[in-house]
Amino acid sequence: MSDTVNIFINGKSCAARKGEMLIQVADREGIPIPRFCYHEKLPIAANCRMCLVDVERAPKPLPACATPVMDGMIVRTQSERALNAQKAVMEFLLINHPLDCPICDQGGECELQDVALGYGRGVSRFVERKRVVADKNIGPLIATEMTRCIHCTRCIRTLELVGGYKELGATGRGENTRIGTYIERSVDSEMSGNVIDVCPVGALTSKPFRYRARVWELTQHAGVAPHDCIGSNVSMHSLAKDIQRVIPRMNEDVNEVWLSDRDRFSYEALNSDERLLKPMVKENGKWRETEWESALHAASQALRGVVEQGSGDDLGCLISPSATVEEMVLAQKLMRAMGSNNIDHRLRQSDFSDDAGMDVYPSLGLPIAGIENLNAALLIGSNLRKEQPIAAHRLRKAAVKGAAVHCVNPVEYDFNMPLASNTVAGGHALIEALEGLKAAAGGKGSPEAKRAVEDLQNAENAAVIVGALGMNHAEASKVRALGRAIADATGASFGYLTEGANAAGAWLSGAVPHRGPVGASVTAGKNASQMLTDGLNGYLLIGVEPGLDSADAGAARRSLAAAGAVVAITAYASDELKEQAHVLLPAAAWGETSGTFVNAEGRWQSFNGAVAPKGEARPAWKILRVLGNLGEYEGFEQMSSEEVRDEIIDAACDLTSENKVSGGANGTAAKAKFWRIGETPIYAVDMQVRRAGALQHTGDAGQTVARLNSKDANDLGLGEAAMIAVKQGDARVVLRLEIDDRIASGCVWVPTGVPDTASLGAAMGPAELERA
Amino acid sequence: MTLKAVGGYVKSLFLLELLKGMSVTGRRFFSPKITVQYPEEKTPMSPRFRGLHAQRRYPNGEERCIACKLCEAVCPALAITIESAQRADGSRRTTRYDIDLFKCIYCGFCEEACPVDAIVETPVFEYHFENRGENIMTKDKLLAIGDKYEADIAAAKAADAPYR
Repeated sequence: MSDTVNIFINGKSCAARKGEMLIQVADREGIPIPRFCYHEKLPIAANCRMCLVDVERAPKPLPACATPVMDGMIVRTQSERALNAQKAVMEFLLINHPLDCPICDQGGECELQDVALGYGRGVSRFVERKRVVADKNIGPLIATEMTRCIHCTRCIRTLELVGGYKELGATGRGENTRIGTYIERSVDSEMSGNVIDVCPVGALTSKPFRYRARVWELTQHAGVAPHDCIGSNVSMHSLAKDIQRVIPRMNEDVNEVWLSDRDRFSYEALNSDERLLKPMVKENGKWRETEWESALHAASQALRGVVEQGSGDDLGCLISPSATVEEMVLAQKLMRAMGSNNIDHRLRQSDFSDDAGMDVYPSLGLPIAGIENLNAALLIGSNLRKEQPIAAHRLRKAAVKGAAVHCVNPVEYDFNMPLASNTVAGGHALIEALEGLKAAAGGKGSPEAKRAVEDLQNAENAAVIVGALGMNHAEASKVRALGRAIADATGASFGYLTEGANAAGAWLSGAVPHRGPVGASVTAGKNASQMLTDGLNGYLLIGVEPGLDSADAGAARRSLAAAGAVVAITAYASDELKEQAHVLLPAAAWGETSGTFVNAEGRWQSFNGAVAPKGEARPAWKILRVLGNLGEYEGFEQMSSEEVRDEIIDAACDLTSENKVSGGANGTAAKAKFWRIGETPIYAVDMQVRRAGALQHTGDAGQTVARLNSKDANDLGLGEAAMIAVKQGDARVVLRLEIDDRIASGCVWVPTGVPDTASLGAAMGPAELERA
Repeated sequence: MTLKAVGGYVKSLFLLELLKGMSVTGRRFFSPKITVQYPEEKTPMSPRFRGLHAQRRYPNGEERCIACKLCEAVCPALAITIESAQRADGSRRTTRYDIDLFKCIYCGFCEEACPVDAIVETPVFEYHFENRGENIMTKDKLLAIGDKYEADIAAAKAADAPYR
């Protein structure tokens, strides 16, 4: 018996796999069938009945989305019976649907509108009163207009499948069906925005985009999301001078059809009050807006002055891991032309001892699409859902299919998937837990560790993945080495989920102190941590706010305050950055500049700007090129960003990373009573997200509290709701205490990347606690 | 051939064509006058006349326009520019509604497209601009025109209603 059957749709012979639904075959063959509840990526509900088709020998029309194919089936989608059924369903759906298309944001891209035009009746026969449903407030991202709902339940299924929790549900029956949260609460999933896309009508729309534009006047531009190492494909929709919204662009290999809220709503920052619109130079402590020419001369002189006074080693460059390849190539070229190898993008890392032994770039070790085929995974130091929402969705798919997912984390994070084990160990205990796993691979160790290792060994596809908390750990080189060792011992692949959109690109562009472009070896300069703790005389900051983006924010603030020259190329300028910098050069923000990101699997994705830069801002690669011209250095003659990219792309694409790890610190670790878990909250990861209005009003933002587990709190004599003081060196910050038993013992969770904790020291370092 | 030439000769000799023309002049000279003495007198006007634009309000004073932008989309001369936003009370409203009367071709499509009868073309056709920029009808100007001529607009709409 073969696996394929043959069916006839409208007389056309179509091959189909057994078990496939009619609508899937029809879609593949390009035969249109109207539908509302059916969605390619979601489980089948068959509750809208719009896809009724005429099947020969069936007593009545059948829903194409829920009718499996049978050999020799004869289907008609356009017969009188089918058309009548579709027309009748359409009429029923329109009974309660308000005719408010002119004020509906969905108008113009509404499936109900389109299908009503194609399959509906011209005139309504319904004269009775329509149903009215009260709107719900489900948070700052999604606007509701529940009267428009047609109960297709796509949103319910999306949140269950992609968000992982049933945050929305249907109550009541028939006309009294209501979609909602049941009790008054917001939808908090980090993927919640996807319900906006799947909603076929205007019941769920984007709140920040509400009433801003009609869809037909928007211009679509292809782009790549800038906040995580997945590189989700997006479409930026612009009207006039602004990006009005961002929606996912389908790419089965990367983000499928989904997009995280962070990538979807961060465009709002482009109109932030803190946008830097004009070049500015500080004179006698006062900022003066100036022309580009004088600002560029001032910047060039400031940087060259540092080198002339001392040596190239007195100058350092901190570049955002979400900067484009082009910016990184030119930045490192500029620094190296000035005689400095001090350039780094790994701002939140603190252990660099294995730099020399690292592979050409930190890769995921498997394709992103491959995550969902894993049978076992070990996740080390990663709050995956908040760090890499798309990867979390892929891993959830694997876990639901039965993959054994083991975690070693400093916090018992809330995973929306079944976990095989969830080891909670923070600070040095994390290393001990990994050593336990390594030992288990050699046959010794605890039964839990042995089981985890066995799962990895027995799995056909297994992966060990280190996340941001692992990469930023105080003993990160050990985390990497142990992760590698566990992977080698179990035959699993090994990889990283790095911070920022372009960490892989940064390594390949040479935006690391010890490697030039395309992995060329150079004399190692100072890494991000050394640059800020040693204190340099001059800094070039590209898209970073060191007070919020650094592993040791306190040290960053001190070093920048003491520096003789700080030049910042930035799209946004906070008061703090204005205090630290001496020259501010306005750079184009994401969406305004062309560039390239290299994602965790090594995929190069170039994009163009969607709108012109605000004010007098210019693309950062152009600014860097002119700084190079002013210094009369070689290699700054590019006319387009593509030319910059093409300098390295061919050679860089030939490189593959196996994530080899060697070297690294050995010896005993520092002892500390309490370790700080300096996690970067999802909506504080970079300067753009920090200024995205709606995201900052979600539940995931603004959690500036200190979290302790109840045992540690009791040992310290700290009760619930007390304020506590967190001390690191001289710095002391008073925060609200939240008792949270998910936190590893001996650890205190104090976020980094938020202004309230910016004066503290090492994000992953020792901390002292006392009653405030 | 000769006969036709003789006929023409006779016609021109007795100035027959001239007399024919003069008789028309003479008839009109003594018959009642039909010239409309604009601006003292005006021709009757169709209720469908498409003159100066106006934006209407509901009787309670609320502006009708809901920023659906259908008029902007349908305008063949691209004379309409609209920006919209959510008003404090949550309703969809325009923050900008400009018609460039130099671009406008008075086709009346905007009026046809409007789902709430907000944008209308009034019977007003006597207007002028003295300065550059006055050709841009802003939302305030349009609403003011609407307020001023609401009675005329409503009457015209009512007169045309039976034929729609």
